[in-house]
Amino acid sequence: MNVLLILIAVSLGVAGAFLGCFVWAVKSGQFEDTCTPSMRVLADDATQLNRTSNSSSETNRDRL
Amino acid sequence: MSSPSPALAPLESRPVPTTGPIETFKYDNSIVRAFAIATVIWGVVGMSAGLLIAIQLFFPDANLNLQFITFGRIRPVHTNAVIFAFVGNGMFMGIYYSLQRLCKARLFSDALSWFHFWGWQAIIVSAAITLPLGFTTSKEYAELEWPIKIAIAVVWVAFTVNLIGTILKRRERHMYVAIWFYLATALTVAVLHITNSMTMPAGWFKSYSMYAGVQDALVQWWYGHNAVAFFLTTPYLGMMYYYLPKAANRPVFSYRLSIIHFWALIFVYIWAGPHHLLYTALPDWAQSLGMVFSVMLVAPSWGGMLNGLLTLRGAWDKVRQDPMLKFMVVAVTAYGMATLEGPTLAVKSVNALSHYTDWTIAHVHTGALGWNGFLTFSVLYWLFPRLYNTKLWSVKLANYHFWIGLLGMMFYVIPMYMAGVTEGLMWKQFNKDGFLQYPNFLEIVVHVLPMYRLRAIGGVLYLTGVVLMVINLYRTAKSGVFEPETEAQAAALTKTAPADEGHHPWGHRWLEAKPLTFTVLAVLAILIGGLVEIVPMYLIKENVPTISSVKPYSPLEVLGRDIYIREGCLACHSQMVRPFRSETERYGEYSKAGEFVFDHPFLWGSKRIGPDLHRVGGKYPDAWHYNHMDDPRSMSPGSIMPRYSWLLTQKLDTTSLPARLKALRRVGVPYPDGYENGPAQKDLTAQSAKIVENLKIGSITAQPDREIIAVIAYLQRLGTDIKAAPATPVVKQTAAK
Repeated sequence: MNVLLILIAVSLGVAGAFLGCFVWAVKSGQFEDTCTPSMRVLADDATQLNRTSNSSSETNRDRL
Repeated sequence: MSSPSPALAPLESRPVPTTGPIETFKYDNSIVRAFAIATVIWGVVGMSAGLLIAIQLFFPDANLNLQFITFGRIRPVHTNAVIFAFVGNGMFMGIYYSLQRLCKARLFSDALSWFHFWGWQAIIVSAAITLPLGFTTSKEYAELEWPIKIAIAVVWVAFTVNLIGTILKRRERHMYVAIWFYLATALTVAVLHITNSMTMPAGWFKSYSMYAGVQDALVQWWYGHNAVAFFLTTPYLGMMYYYLPKAANRPVFSYRLSIIHFWALIFVYIWAGPHHLLYTALPDWAQSLGMVFSVMLVAPSWGGMLNGLLTLRGAWDKVRQDPMLKFMVVAVTAYGMATLEGPTLAVKSVNALSHYTDWTIAHVHTGALGWNGFLTFSVLYWLFPRLYNTKLWSVKLANYHFWIGLLGMMFYVIPMYMAGVTEGLMWKQFNKDGFLQYPNFLEIVVHVLPMYRLRAIGGVLYLTGVVLMVINLYRTAKSGVFEPETEAQAAALTKTAPADEGHHPWGHRWLEAKPLTFTVLAVLAILIGGLVEIVPMYLIKENVPTISSVKPYSPLEVLGRDIYIREGCLACHSQMVRPFRSETERYGEYSKAGEFVFDHPFLWGSKRIGPDLHRVGGKYPDAWHYNHMDDPRSMSPGSIMPRYSWLLTQKLDTTSLPARLKALRRVGVPYPDGYENGPAQKDLTAQSAKIVENLKIGSITAQPDREIIAVIAYLQRLGTDIKAAPATPVVKQTAAK
């Protein structure tokens, strides 16, 4: 079962990389604010939305 | 958009952070449209392939007696097309649209984008050609042969570079949670693909896995399970976190929960693979470890599911009106069901009943039809009107699609559950005298055939829904004008971190206090997990006990085995007798790890549509196999196995034998040096002649140079080595129940 060693090494490598990302993310302030990001995503293409508007939800007179 | 969410107010009043000059740039919509069209086309192709093989399961002649469209060869076409072509293109579509907007930047490189697009389509086309021709490694969801595997790695790297490049040139400092999911996808799939693709080429379209037997099985299912995790789950969770709030115009229920369940999910997922090998010859402790991690997975999975559904709190009226949200809600619900069922199936005592049955098929289709399918449809319905600057052509038609698709899903999944449980129970049923109640496997197959018919109806319904969507999207595109690029403006990022600017009062403290704690805890968790697995490895040498009587396959058997792989026999027949009395009664001695040390690749299979074949060697005379391959129903009336009459007429290709034996020697099979130049051919001729002799006893006149001879040689060898054991081999295997 030598392959387990490979798999464990690879898995630990992946997990380690994720851990590195996590540490970086926390240190660089990515998760400092857990409120506005969820709002900001709604406004990311506001200019386009004004023109196209929400396609289906307003035009559903013919809905089932 | 009627009333902006009140929660949006703080955003506007927030002090603008110090940023660079305002820049104008353009989002690339062309690449998104290209992937969207590819998603739709390959979706129809992949689902049609699935329908074809579903029909063959109750009407075997639906293959028109053509080897290229027979179950064993089309099943990988179906799985690959649905996973890598339909979901793959869907993922790239969803990522490329949302990534640009989340990063406030155009994709890193247009050239890379288009290389990615055309490279991926070329890979899909080459898969659609090579798989029906029988070029396959046999490893599930990794069937493509080595030149295509290399192409996949190259194109995937292009995607990863494009993804990370875009992130690096972003104008929004914070990386929205969806981006984290995309990153995890790109990085992990690359690692999984490379690790599982270690093969030794034996010609342009033939290779042998570097790993053998139990080891190969473990690598394959480590890959297979994480392909589900990081190809079918994480990118789609990322898409859920973008498109669901957008469609509902509501912020995600809890942003903090999204972060926590993301990190938890990726840390736990990578260890759960062995649950695909419960009660097999895999060492017991590895099985238990896989089971424990799988059970733990329910928490982060449900974190995501609940976060998605709760985002819709107070907005359920929109679900009633917007077909896009309807699809999304069913997709997230299906995700919740599948991720509760998964850990349940990974419990050993449940798996004892469910494994190899249609229960597994039901489980994966809850995920595929519900989660991936419906989420893809949802995003397509949302994107097309935006890409074409118009409104959806018909909301009514989209609603028809929704209900027909949902009905199709039910007609698929429910009969498969019934079939699965029925099979599991009937396989194990003993009568009061202690004999198997249904000793004839075929009796059980016939019993579940009505379920197979219902399943095909489900498939027809689901595909019908997709056709309605194609019409709807086409008419939507026709009614609008495609906008190849969307102009946007954003401030450039400055180099300084925004640490000094206004943030929550707890922010800094949390930042200072927790990273260290988090780091220490996470490292501890990983170290403990690693040590628990590594230390026993050094202490216990007999994890794969050698059985001295197990010998390499003869040249004729090698070629027969390669035909077994080519025809995809393992799609319906396992080669793994589990240590249950019901299985040892039916098939014979349970399978031991040491029996597979020369199996490159392993052929344990994952489904028993037909009986297990590990102990089939010597069970029937050669002539029985000959007639059975020519027409299974002549020997087993009512059988749903396809006819393999072409094996009787096609000449066995022996020119590739030296290359194949050499490749096998390179991966560790002890053929003597120079064996492939002469002695091997002599052995092959002698063994063929012997089988032809045996066939004469059954009054069959066969030529010795046909493929059927090699297949018979392989089947008669299966599982027989152990019977020649001089003494009882010392095997460490925990027998169960």
